[in-house]
Amino acid sequence: MRRPEKSLFLFLIAAAIGFGPAAADEAADKGLSIAREADQRDTGFGDASATLQMILRNRHGDQTTRQMRSRTLEVLEDGDKSLMIFDDPADVKGTSFLSFSHKEGDDDQWLYLPALKRVKRISSSNKSGPFMGSEFSYEDLSSQEVEKYAYQYLRDENFDDRDHFVIERIPVDKKSGYRRQITWIDQEEYRVWKVEFYDRKDSLLKTLAFADYKRYLDKHWRASQLDMVNHQTGKSTTLRFEDYIFGNGYADDDFNRNSLAKAR
Amino acid sequence: MLVAAVPLAHAGEWTGDAGIELRGFTGSPLDPVQHESNFSVYLQPEHYHDWDDGDQRFVIAPFLRVDQDDPERSHFDLRELYWRKSFASAELSVGLKKVFWGVTESAHLVDIINQTDAVENIDGEDKLGQPMINLSLLRDWGTVDLFVMPWFRERTFAGREGRLRPPFYVDESGARYESAAAEKHIDTAVRWSHYLGDWDIGLAHFSGTSREPRFVLSAFGPIPVVIPFYDQIEQTSIDLQATKGGWLWKLEAFNRSGQGHSFQALAAGFEYTLVGLFNTSADLGLITEFLRDNRDDPTIVGDKDIAVGFRLAFNDVQSTDLLAFSGIDLDTKERFSSIEGSRRLGQSWKLSLEARFFSNTKPGSTLYTLRHDDYLQFSLAKFF
Repeated sequence: MRRPEKSLFLFLIAAAIGFGPAAADEAADKGLSIAREADQRDTGFGDASATLQMILRNRHGDQTTRQMRSRTLEVLEDGDKSLMIFDDPADVKGTSFLSFSHKEGDDDQWLYLPALKRVKRISSSNKSGPFMGSEFSYEDLSSQEVEKYAYQYLRDENFDDRDHFVIERIPVDKKSGYRRQITWIDQEEYRVWKVEFYDRKDSLLKTLAFADYKRYLDKHWRASQLDMVNHQTGKSTTLRFEDYIFGNGYADDDFNRNSLAKAR
Repeated sequence: MLVAAVPLAHAGEWTGDAGIELRGFTGSPLDPVQHESNFSVYLQPEHYHDWDDGDQRFVIAPFLRVDQDDPERSHFDLRELYWRKSFASAELSVGLKKVFWGVTESAHLVDIINQTDAVENIDGEDKLGQPMINLSLLRDWGTVDLFVMPWFRERTFAGREGRLRPPFYVDESGARYESAAAEKHIDTAVRWSHYLGDWDIGLAHFSGTSREPRFVLSAFGPIPVVIPFYDQIEQTSIDLQATKGGWLWKLEAFNRSGQGHSFQALAAGFEYTLVGLFNTSADLGLITEFLRDNRDDPTIVGDKDIAVGFRLAFNDVQSTDLLAFSGIDLDTKERFSSIEGSRRLGQSWKLSLEARFFSNTKPGSTLYTLRHDDYLQFSLAKFF
């Protein structure tokens, strides 16, 4: 339904950067089909839980840590539902965050503040803002739906003994903090290994590297470590995922305002 | 015996915080027995224990404050002490609990389950644990909460030597009740809450002892003594929020009968957030709320007021934030201003600053009685 609009958008971009419309269409189609294939290969994970450790470093190398747990429920016809529980620093312990991501439109988000026992619906428009003071923004950590970007296949590239597709993706949402992202996806398993983020002024802002991929349920690849470097501030954040568990048996009831308030 | 047979799925742990608080008042006290400054310490640990595969939970959360000057502010409370059992689509809790209802920032009109621990802070956000049986029914069409509250908690008030009190002394021990059952009156409440797309809604009815007392003069003298009187009320309320992009539209309103003439109160407004202020990672939330209470009583705060303020979140590693607002009475032009800021120090300490000012106050109003009580408060807390 939205395709004519989307192709017009891509056509304009392609025209602006000097490709012929035919070549641009081909590159857009290939980019989109790679993104769809990557998404398709991870379909059917059902649910997952994990422990997250964040290590924040400033430009002088001083470190601070954050500890969280996440629970995710796959939603096939829309974006996934997720619940994040904060364990450290101690003053935010017991705070939890519920998010329903959507393929189109704003995500629904609620925050539970344990001191007041208050469940607060919050605006999801700050997607470009830093998550917990880290170099990850909310949009970096939210469910990556195919529909959230327009795609452009750029080239193939080999590094670390892997062949990659290099895809440019342009956020559909005008509130995104990025003009575009360049992603490196391996051609064998369709895993993302690297993302370069360009800010609204099209300057290179951040680079994200994925490491230590592990396979769960014989199908679903998850990186154990994500390293985000901000080139403009010199700060960086390492995000480690531990104790991945699939098949927890989560249901919709585990992702509502009531479960948010009692999550521990 | 039963406990020994149940595998302990999650061993509980003690968490919480403890801190010091220093208040300095900018004006000399109205009553010479009051003090220029005040020091206090508090401790609020919390322990929970889950078992039965997470379907049963026990929570205990005591609170203790020790105040240098005011024996009424030195107090102990059980904020929470309850057992909860989860069923397929219901939950049952028995014990002392805290429950929050509402959406607005400058007033908490519909939040009626717990009594305000007013001696803690004048913002009405500190609450006493409420004894209750609470059944939550979790349905596709929303959550229905049923409350039976067999014991009433009286509001706390500053003592003679405490600041931020009216120029009379509240004799809590002499509290009187409309109900012959006094504090043993069984209060009940029901609430339906749900969300539909961008909308979050709560509809509630409360029947029982008013959390907000009226005052009856009981003794004249240099410092008059009043006693709190607790009416039996019926209160029906709505709280509503629409979340539209960066805009939060909020409404809280109720109708109350049983406390003099029936009356209505309302708080409505918006919060709009500017993301990434001046190309930094800070967010600025602009808040405007209108307050209305149609009781014909000059001591009501928020009878026809506008509160304007902002929330600045720096989104930095230390979670620095600032909330400032000023409320003005549209009829009397009396003004109440508040600034709250906090910042994490290291990994587990938090520094908070709070300032409150009462200006342009007029005789006969509540703010007038606090006209010498402008204060600056500094607190340092350790979280564990």
